[in-house]
Amino acid sequence: MESRRNDSYLDRYAARAQGMVPSEIRALFAVASRPEVVSLAGGMPYVSALPLDLVGDMAARLMSTRGADALQYMSAQGDPGLREQICEVMALEGIQASGDDIVVTVGSQQALDLVTRLFVDPGDVVLAEAPTYVGALGTFAAFQAEVVHVPLDAAGLVPEALRETLARLKTQGRTPKFLYTVPNFQNPAGVTLAVRRRAEILGICQTYDVLLVEDNAYGLLGFDSEPLRVLRADDAERVIYLGTFSKTIAPGLRVGWALAPPAIRAKLVLAAESAILSHSALTQLLVREYLATQPWREQIKNFQELYRERRDAMLDSLEALMPAGCTWNRPGGGFYVWLTLPEGLDSKAMAPRAIANRVAYVPGTGFFADGSGRDALRLSYCFPAPERIREGVRRLAATVEHEITMLGTFGTTGTQASTGVDRPGSDLT
Amino acid sequence: MRELGHIVVLAGGLSYEREVSLRSGRRVADALRGAGVEAILRDADSALLDLLAADPPDAVFPVLHGAAGEDGAIRDVLELIGVPYVGSPPDACRLAWDKPTAKAAVRAAGVRTPASVALPKEVFHDLGAARVLDLVVARLGLPLFVKPARGGSALGASAVQDAAELSAAMVGCFAYGDIALIERYVGGTEIAVGVIELAGAGATALPAVEIVPAGDRYDYTARYDAGGTEFFAPARLSPAVAEAAAGAALTAHHALGLRDLSRTDLIVDVSGEIHFLEVNVAPGMTETSLLPIAFKAAGLDLGTTCRDLLIHRAR
Repeated sequence: MESRRNDSYLDRYAARAQGMVPSEIRALFAVASRPEVVSLAGGMPYVSALPLDLVGDMAARLMSTRGADALQYMSAQGDPGLREQICEVMALEGIQASGDDIVVTVGSQQALDLVTRLFVDPGDVVLAEAPTYVGALGTFAAFQAEVVHVPLDAAGLVPEALRETLARLKTQGRTPKFLYTVPNFQNPAGVTLAVRRRAEILGICQTYDVLLVEDNAYGLLGFDSEPLRVLRADDAERVIYLGTFSKTIAPGLRVGWALAPPAIRAKLVLAAESAILSHSALTQLLVREYLATQPWREQIKNFQELYRERRDAMLDSLEALMPAGCTWNRPGGGFYVWLTLPEGLDSKAMAPRAIANRVAYVPGTGFFADGSGRDALRLSYCFPAPERIREGVRRLAATVEHEITMLGTFGTTGTQASTGVDRPGSDLT
Repeated sequence: MRELGHIVVLAGGLSYEREVSLRSGRRVADALRGAGVEAILRDADSALLDLLAADPPDAVFPVLHGAAGEDGAIRDVLELIGVPYVGSPPDACRLAWDKPTAKAAVRAAGVRTPASVALPKEVFHDLGAARVLDLVVARLGLPLFVKPARGGSALGASAVQDAAELSAAMVGCFAYGDIALIERYVGGTEIAVGVIELAGAGATALPAVEIVPAGDRYDYTARYDAGGTEFFAPARLSPAVAEAAAGAALTAHHALGLRDLSRTDLIVDVSGEIHFLEVNVAPGMTETSLLPIAFKAAGLDLGTTCRDLLIHRAR
């Protein structure tokens, strides 16, 4: 007789691997990649809007002129020329910085990973918005942080709630290692931290001596206004700023960065070196070439227009089709609408029914470390064309109608405990 | 031995079990290539029929789970276009796929199966859920097991210890299907018995695989990801019980008219009695699936076994 486990390495894993278990919801997302399903789930930028032929010419030119550099190792801090260009990009949002203080990373996701690696020991508290970016929760879980959520409202992170949370933690003798915040067009809630709150948030963090990690993936993708001044622009000592070209150029390049005070930056370089030795020189030089030779500001405007049209298609469809009791926000930029379901409905329990109706979304539970979020879901409008968005919302509305009927019949929405990671993979459309 | 030309492994589809199916399909295709078969993996999508028409394979190995894959539909289509395939014919799939129907047929053939009732969601809506559920509990007692009448991978399935949990279990079930099968819960040892028909040998039961979940349930996560689930192959059963389990699986296989391969899920209760739960016509073939474990316990190589099944069916 042979005994075996479906994972025979189980007894060997580190404690930090314990939460790395996909859920049945994650498996459902496999269906979302089929064209029959309108996916409002993933956050893939619409890279087809790039002038791909020009990018191709540029790549060929890069290879013929600097091929030996592009295929070589590079310093872990990243290409100096690119770091200077990143400063130009950040200047659009009020940051004055030196390229010396930048570490180029594999997307801003790696920047977050490195920052967490530097600061978080198992059991340390990290503050994050409620809801917050799923990828951040994955990173924090991997480093065994304890995530304490701070509520958002329509104007972003709520200062009073932050103050209360910090005061409460202080009475417990706990100091958070940092506050993780996505101030602009937040993923997943779509809200933006009001200008009047920015100084207040900084002030609270100063009072309680808490670092901020400002993740600004969407700041340049506003539809209705000039880019807002970021937190880092007003505090170079307390704020670690994370940026990325994933939304303004393309995520396949995997070029992001961290801007940090010099002491932290020095450690980030060493941490990056131990993690990946060096980032891809090829994609760094490609971005450098793109920024130097292409009208990138114009391209960002093109993206803004494209996403604005899609947002409008989604908002108009929601307005026209969703049953009473659903509420949602009106994002001024970025990729996401956060929809709250009628009372008693459960976005996670509803997910299989949505897939059966050929529409996908991400249940709200994926964006909370504490299992809350069942009453809400994230819809993304960045990838599908407007007519697909309208069709997706039509299917979603029918799904919600059905759930309301089920709630009326059974007096419950079938909420059940379940294990595993609810978030979709990064390749989900 | 007959030479086998190229074959198509069919996996994916649009069911909830797409991901599992893709993993099963990749595993079967890899194993077949290892056995020297020219195997390509294809999704069941709008390009499939053109592909099969343009370059007809010698046979198809369907590893589609869930609806279409297991309800006979895709096999009907394969028969329409005259492409041979491994596995059960459409009529048999339809019987097996519908769990209440399968239970009735297997019970009629002499195998115990837990008392149950199958009810569509409309019944609860039209007659009042509380009243209907009261009747169910009065008849079947507690604990109960609720699952979609059609479907697999334990999606939408849950055990109910207390009547107060039943409504939530019903809604969870209806998230994955329109008809619920509510069974009396039978405690005991959970086993799976594969049946395979290799040329010249007739239908043979493979060694039973015993499933011991680390937590309290063998749910989707326990099936495919959490490493805690432990399998014993052959199952830790007395020879007499093991023989009875093999007999039950063969009875199910024959009673439903299944062909080539199947996997029957059974419970052995504390007194050693066998209870039929359900049968799968397209069993999972992932690295954590039960049938490959049974193959191994029987000394069968996955690649050559799948190849032999294909040779048997190939044109």
